[in-house]
Amino acid sequence: MCAGLARWLGIDPVIVRVAFVVLGLSGGFGAVLYGALWVGMPDDNGRSVAAKMGTGSARDRSQRVLAIVLLSLGTLLLLRETGLWIGDKFIWPLVLAAGGLALVWPESTGLALRRGLGVHENRRALLRIGVGIVAVTVGIVVFGIANTEWHEIGDVGLAVGLTITGLLLIFGPWWLRLGRDLVEERRRRIRSEERAEVAARIHDSVLQTLALIQQKAGDATETARLARRQERELRDWLFGVAPATDGVTLKAAMSRAAAEVEDLFGVVVDVVTVGDAGLDERLEALVSAAKEAMVNAAKFSGAPTVSVYVEVTGGGVTAYVRDRGAGFIPETVPPDRQGIAESIRGRMQRHGGSANVRSTLGEGAEVELMMPGARAAPQSGEQAPSNA
Amino acid sequence: MPETRPKVFLVDDHQLFRSGVKAELGDAVELVGEADEVAAAVELVLERQPEVVLVDVHMPGGGGRAVIEEVLAKNGDVRFLALSVSDAPEDVIGVIRAGARGYVTKTITGPELVAAIERVRDGDAVFSPRLAGFVLDAFADPLSGDGPATGDADLDQLTARERDVLRYLARGYTYKEIAGQLSISVKTVETHASAVLRKLQLSNRHELSRWASDRRIV
Repeated sequence: MCAGLARWLGIDPVIVRVAFVVLGLSGGFGAVLYGALWVGMPDDNGRSVAAKMGTGSARDRSQRVLAIVLLSLGTLLLLRETGLWIGDKFIWPLVLAAGGLALVWPESTGLALRRGLGVHENRRALLRIGVGIVAVTVGIVVFGIANTEWHEIGDVGLAVGLTITGLLLIFGPWWLRLGRDLVEERRRRIRSEERAEVAARIHDSVLQTLALIQQKAGDATETARLARRQERELRDWLFGVAPATDGVTLKAAMSRAAAEVEDLFGVVVDVVTVGDAGLDERLEALVSAAKEAMVNAAKFSGAPTVSVYVEVTGGGVTAYVRDRGAGFIPETVPPDRQGIAESIRGRMQRHGGSANVRSTLGEGAEVELMMPGARAAPQSGEQAPSNA
Repeated sequence: MPETRPKVFLVDDHQLFRSGVKAELGDAVELVGEADEVAAAVELVLERQPEVVLVDVHMPGGGGRAVIEEVLAKNGDVRFLALSVSDAPEDVIGVIRAGARGYVTKTITGPELVAAIERVRDGDAVFSPRLAGFVLDAFADPLSGDGPATGDADLDQLTARERDVLRYLARGYTYKEIAGQLSISVKTVETHASAVLRKLQLSNRHELSRWASDRRIV
């Protein structure tokens, strides 16, 4: 140490050593300075003793700890001799309590009660903690008893306060760490559960469908149908379009009808909905009629896509089912074809609605369904400016 | 060819999809470049000055929205057409409000996409049926609701004619077919569509911001 200081000061090490001996003999200030410099000064590698404290073998560590403790004690005794002293009964209990805390706090050495540590290490940690707690308790009690002036003023409150302070000091760090560990562990668990759910979902749906598509690679219609169905499912899951209320609202029922038609006939049915309404008997009839129109379009028009548009207004519900396929002349449809006559027009009329079929040869067809009524008014709030 | 081919730039983070779009577009457009991430896209678009940028809504680093906002802040002449697999309202509305002139889904056919690109190049708006449905939903007629309209009336409401045009768009009609149905010129249909787009971008109607989140719950 003296050599290091001498190099730093640029003088002969002998002079430094002599100076320290003189300082040490006269009042002891030199000894304190020596100790402080020894702990704090970096060695040739730039690392101080304090920094090296946490490294090295267990034996190295305990030797250094012992050195620091003795040095601290020496310093205290020295201060006591020189008169820089508040009083025995004040300082010694505090020193005892501080030493106990140093043993207890897990952050002080990184040694702590933790899962993953061996039984042996945990036993050592327990021993340390036991000794630490005793030291803190004794320190606080002695402090209370010895400082009589406090004792006189103090009543039960002081004792309770001291005890609580002691407990907080001892257990505070543990509680903090315990809380952190719990939060971290829960976060990890949630994350892994989510990952598992996504993996399961991808496997059940996407991977299965991809396997099916590979098997049926020669069948274009079937492949398109599988891809479309998978797209629909994945979209519902990702963007949450299919709520638990499936089939309860007009919108959900119409989407489901369209999905069934897609699956049956391998066409794409695009549904656009504006507004929504609770499903009653009349709207169920409208959905059924619309589905029949979709089926007709899928079966006869030859168009790959069917467009469905549903709008809920104050006056009722209107639905359009449109394709750009072959088209037909409505008047020439044979009366025995039940589709349009019965399943669409008849059904709508029975429930107080109407159906209108328009078509031009070569330009596709459109079926317009109209269900008037007050029942259509409730729109689940999303359309109306509720707090305007 | 009656018109010059539109100069197109393609932004999408999926190589497979970019190849698909290029194949679909073929010779109908002049592809001046492509990018797979936001920063490169902004830089290249500003450098190569395409007429129309096809931009994917979902990309890491802010998505299509970031590209649109950053480019438009430096060059207001570039026009954007958003492409997405997502039909989620917040995505669609978000990208339009950032400045895109249209939105189409990725399942669109080649000829339809070319037509949409030309329409955007000419400064008109492109509405997929679904986007038209969203707008009708967000601008629901206050008379049919249970409260009066608030705010800037001009921007916060659609005219009856605009509503008609949107309804036909939602039903899958082309601009030409709509013009025939309403006995107006195609140019007039385009004017109505552009007016709707402007309202969609500028309106402060609180439904527009609140609406998307509500939709996810319902």
